[in-house]
Amino acid sequence: MKSRTLLDKEQIKLILDRLCFQIIEEFDSPDELCFLGLQPRGVLLSGRLQERLKALSPEEEYRFGELDITFHRDDFRRREKPLTPQSTRIPFNIENKTVILVDDVLYTGRTIRAGMDALMDFGRPKSVQLLVLVDRRFKRQLPIEANYAGKRIDSIDAEKVRVEWLEQEGEDKVVLYNTEENG
Amino acid sequence: MDSLSVDHLLGIKQLQPEDIDLIFRTADHFKEVINRPIRKVPSLRDITIANLFFENSTRTKLSFELAEKRLSADVLNFSAGQSSLKKGETLIDTVNNILAMKVDMVVMRHPMPGAAMFLSREVNSRIVNAGDGAHEHPTQALLDSYSIREVHGDLAGKKVLIVGDITHSRVALSNIFCLQKMGAEVKVCGPPTLIPKYIESIGVKVEPNLRKALEWCDVANMLRIQLERQRIQYFPSLREYSLQYGLTKQLLDSIDNEFTILHPGPINRGVEITTEVADSERSIILDQVENGVAIRMAVIYLLADKIDKRNSS
Repeated sequence: MKSRTLLDKEQIKLILDRLCFQIIEEFDSPDELCFLGLQPRGVLLSGRLQERLKALSPEEEYRFGELDITFHRDDFRRREKPLTPQSTRIPFNIENKTVILVDDVLYTGRTIRAGMDALMDFGRPKSVQLLVLVDRRFKRQLPIEANYAGKRIDSIDAEKVRVEWLEQEGEDKVVLYNTEENG
Repeated sequence: MDSLSVDHLLGIKQLQPEDIDLIFRTADHFKEVINRPIRKVPSLRDITIANLFFENSTRTKLSFELAEKRLSADVLNFSAGQSSLKKGETLIDTVNNILAMKVDMVVMRHPMPGAAMFLSREVNSRIVNAGDGAHEHPTQALLDSYSIREVHGDLAGKKVLIVGDITHSRVALSNIFCLQKMGAEVKVCGPPTLIPKYIESIGVKVEPNLRKALEWCDVANMLRIQLERQRIQYFPSLREYSLQYGLTKQLLDSIDNEFTILHPGPINRGVEITTEVADSERSIILDQVENGVAIRMAVIYLLADKIDKRNSS
């Protein structure tokens, strides 16, 4: 399987800092917002955001939670491999807050649709925004766009974008795999 | 493992320990779901489930119905009292008529042991056994073990006592299978007339003395005396039973062992367990009821994933 590194450790660090500054600039107070990492891989990105926000503005307290979307997916019984649920942890009230959904890759938009539905089970947020590290643009199957995107890339369906993290795969990087033979 | 090894839930006997573990892990997530402000997920929007109760039930039926609704399934209810069975229709005909209305899954309680197994061979649908005579009641056993796991952690090595009418109890048999598969040790206690002769052959020890048995156990599951299933008198009187095998506050206080108390319901207060004990901090009877919904959601969700995927396209 052919692969190509799209972002390395240093580039990811720069992007994360930029995304954090965008958030800090956008909101007057961290009380207005909360972050929800989408299980499983969005949680890893939201963990990094939390770390960087703490470092960049140590006096502010940002809220972070985890959201599992398994039971809201639209492909239950339609995919070959059964879905395995993960934990949901939202230790705060989302009512009247801006909720920023965090995921590593934005592709068809279906995961985010499920995430928005799952989110509404916890209350009525003031608004919902989306933050992603990689935006595979022109590949949407639903009218969904990211408010904050780390990097926008062009890709074909036979390609797979994988965001790898130090704590999981041993190195921070974004890799583009080509799943087609001779592709 | 992320899929069940079985297509129906007929009994605990057919399950692998990995299946039970998967059901527990899935139930953990559903327990979180039913404690959300909106206690409902849309997973089973396109599934229709028929609850066929050929025998009376209150909590099991409500628990299944609630579990199905929390998963957004469409629900059909059927009780024997109102049915055409009285007009001479066979079980297979009744069920096939219901399935002809495009029902995907059947939850059935029936007074005949093996009814669920029989049905699973004769009709094209997922079957969940909600109790078949004195045979099995798998979801009750799963929720009992799940509730024990919540208090005591891993079931392996835990000592569980089942007290009461073991012969006529499907809850006892399913519990024994489930606990043993998860590595727990099981003892039973009750009038000798209500303990099956062959019980030791499936690795269950008998302790006739309730006090000794309670001193031994981590968990005591106090069963109801099923007078409706007893055709002859197995013990002199309920009062006699309650003196010998009833769990009272005095007995509880005189034993230096902090065991947890379970009861599958409905409780006959003052017979197998007194009001003070049933409502004490050691009793997790209401947790069992809450966990029952989560366990049944997990079972239905995992079986629904196995419904012929071609039908849905």
